[in-house]
Amino acid sequence: MDDSGKAYWSATLGLLTKILIVWFLVSFGAGILFAPALNSIHLGGYPLGFWFAQQGAMYVFIALIFYYKKKMGEIDRQFDVHEE
Amino acid sequence: MDLQTTIYLVVGASFSLYIGIALWARAGTTSDFYAAGGQVGPVMNGMAIGADWMSAASFISMAGLISNMGYGGGLFLMGWTGGYVLLAMLLAPYLRKFGKFTVPQFIGDRFYSKSASTVAVFCLLVASLTYIIGQMTGVGVAFSRFLGVTSETGIYAGMGIVFLYAVFGGMKGITYTQVAQYCVLISAYIIPAIFISIQLTGNPIPQLGLGSNIVGQDVSLLHKLDMVVSDLGFANYTTSDAGGMLNMFVYTMSLMIGTAGLPHVIMRFFTVPTVAAARSSAGWALIFIGLLYTTAPAVAAMAKTNLLRTITPGVVMGNADPYAADSQLVYEERPDWMKRWEKTGLLKWEDKNGDGRIQYYNDKSKSDEFKAKAEGAGWKGNELTVNADIIVLANPEIALLPNWVIALVAAGGLAAALSTAAGLLMAISAAISHDLIKNVFVPDISEKNELLAGKISMAVAIIIAGYLGLNPPGFAAGTVALAFGIAASSLFPAIMMGIFSKKMNKEGAICGMLAGLFVTLFYVFAAKGIFFIKGTEYLHLIGGPNSFFGITPEAFGAIGACVNFGVAFIVDKMTPEPPEHIQAMVESVRIPRGSGAVTGAH
Repeated sequence: MDDSGKAYWSATLGLLTKILIVWFLVSFGAGILFAPALNSIHLGGYPLGFWFAQQGAMYVFIALIFYYKKKMGEIDRQFDVHEE
Repeated sequence: MDLQTTIYLVVGASFSLYIGIALWARAGTTSDFYAAGGQVGPVMNGMAIGADWMSAASFISMAGLISNMGYGGGLFLMGWTGGYVLLAMLLAPYLRKFGKFTVPQFIGDRFYSKSASTVAVFCLLVASLTYIIGQMTGVGVAFSRFLGVTSETGIYAGMGIVFLYAVFGGMKGITYTQVAQYCVLISAYIIPAIFISIQLTGNPIPQLGLGSNIVGQDVSLLHKLDMVVSDLGFANYTTSDAGGMLNMFVYTMSLMIGTAGLPHVIMRFFTVPTVAAARSSAGWALIFIGLLYTTAPAVAAMAKTNLLRTITPGVVMGNADPYAADSQLVYEERPDWMKRWEKTGLLKWEDKNGDGRIQYYNDKSKSDEFKAKAEGAGWKGNELTVNADIIVLANPEIALLPNWVIALVAAGGLAAALSTAAGLLMAISAAISHDLIKNVFVPDISEKNELLAGKISMAVAIIIAGYLGLNPPGFAAGTVALAFGIAASSLFPAIMMGIFSKKMNKEGAICGMLAGLFVTLFYVFAAKGIFFIKGTEYLHLIGGPNSFFGITPEAFGAIGACVNFGVAFIVDKMTPEPPEHIQAMVESVRIPRGSGAVTGAH
């Protein structure tokens, strides 16, 4: 693989890692591991840990995919591998 | 107009819509048939994925499950949506760039091995067939509940409809029909939820209503629900987890990986024109899915509140003492919807203490304090059994909504079951006609004959699915978990390594898939019997139920996936590297440029 190809792939992996960290934090973190602690905080009538497990994680997932799509488009263009 | 006529009209109208679309979108080429000609835009495709994904189980059963499990039910919500993040970033764009019709074809080409693709075909067929049984029974349930026909007639009618649009339309017909089915099912889910949210909290948006105060009281709905259920001896609604934190963690992970590895979902990303469209399709799909999935917890909690309000009105809407004799509903004064659902057997009442009132509480509670209170109140055991499916199906009736809403729920349940069945049939037929007949047995088959083979295998698959729906094997309920376990432990890791590890070779991939599959089946069969045959359980061999750190069999797919990855890497280190041209292929799959139309050619 040439250098630009390597750089493109590591930029991609960097983006994926960042997104997967957020993905993990909102669902497994806030929704499960830290849910008991977060439940003492309230969001309207929702205990916060419960909110993440049944609402919040899903909203963040949607945002993550569109963020990924946007950033990936930028990386594609930067390394000139985008579709015509 | 009476209820029955309204239901016939609404369901009939929705069916004629599906058939009309099917006639308009007939498949003329193999590319139309397998991948809708590769010309479906991301928003339409997202909607079709949504309908494909949301099955009879999502539509009818999920809210009921959450209603019973409380907070722990969140594992279904996070698991079945979080998988789309993995799918969007790790698999979909690369598989689209690869440009073939099926998942086994990718595995076969990437691991330069017909054995690898045959293992993948096997996993795909088991996963899809087990999944489809549930859809067919779902069609039967929806028909018999709402249209007053037998479950058998319902399944025959369902088979006929799917046959019409799936066999003639292929992926093209299925995709456009699914767009219409999505619209029907989502309105059928959300309209009753809006009405109920207004009735209980005054807020028309269910997602916000769930976090609001109960009408006329200075206490939030969830807090009130927590208090009432714990007064009745149940676990706290907002904190009760599913078999411990570790099990909930692993279960959620298994559903996520399984979702990303299910072939009938992955296939949808071959129908879009570009790699960029594959990325945004996943986002749109999750928006359309999220609309139902974020409404479900509101439906769950509000239906539970409504049920408790019906039985103990003063306790939920005021501050009456739950143990006082006159707090519970007198059976003779029960509302009409209870009478209707009693006839179906999904709701049962038995007057254990002979006071003519309904006592609904957790008689298996371990709290001594609660047991003393229940005894003091003269309760002799729980008297009301409520099937979880009622939560969605009877929801409009509990809230006293007009007939057309009930009719819409019937059409929605049917749309959910039919659209998922069609997507599964598509995956099965492509695996047989493309991966087995064309790639293994008759490589020089003409396009016309392959198309014919695809249609015939789909027709045969419909008959098998219908047969299994009519004579559901005793294990039907347990098998959906198996479908996710197989997808998680075999297909997902193999595809992911095929893209993210250039050096992964065929020996590693095949051993990994087989090891993951074997470990998962071994653990599931230990608890449920070999191929779910009663009496062949071997729990003593693995040291009792849930012996692996308390993890339940349904949650085991993630462990199987870890085994798959581990074995694959060890075997890979001990065997020769993949050939040069395969490594070059992986490199070309990783960049979007040059994504042609999906052809399936070799």
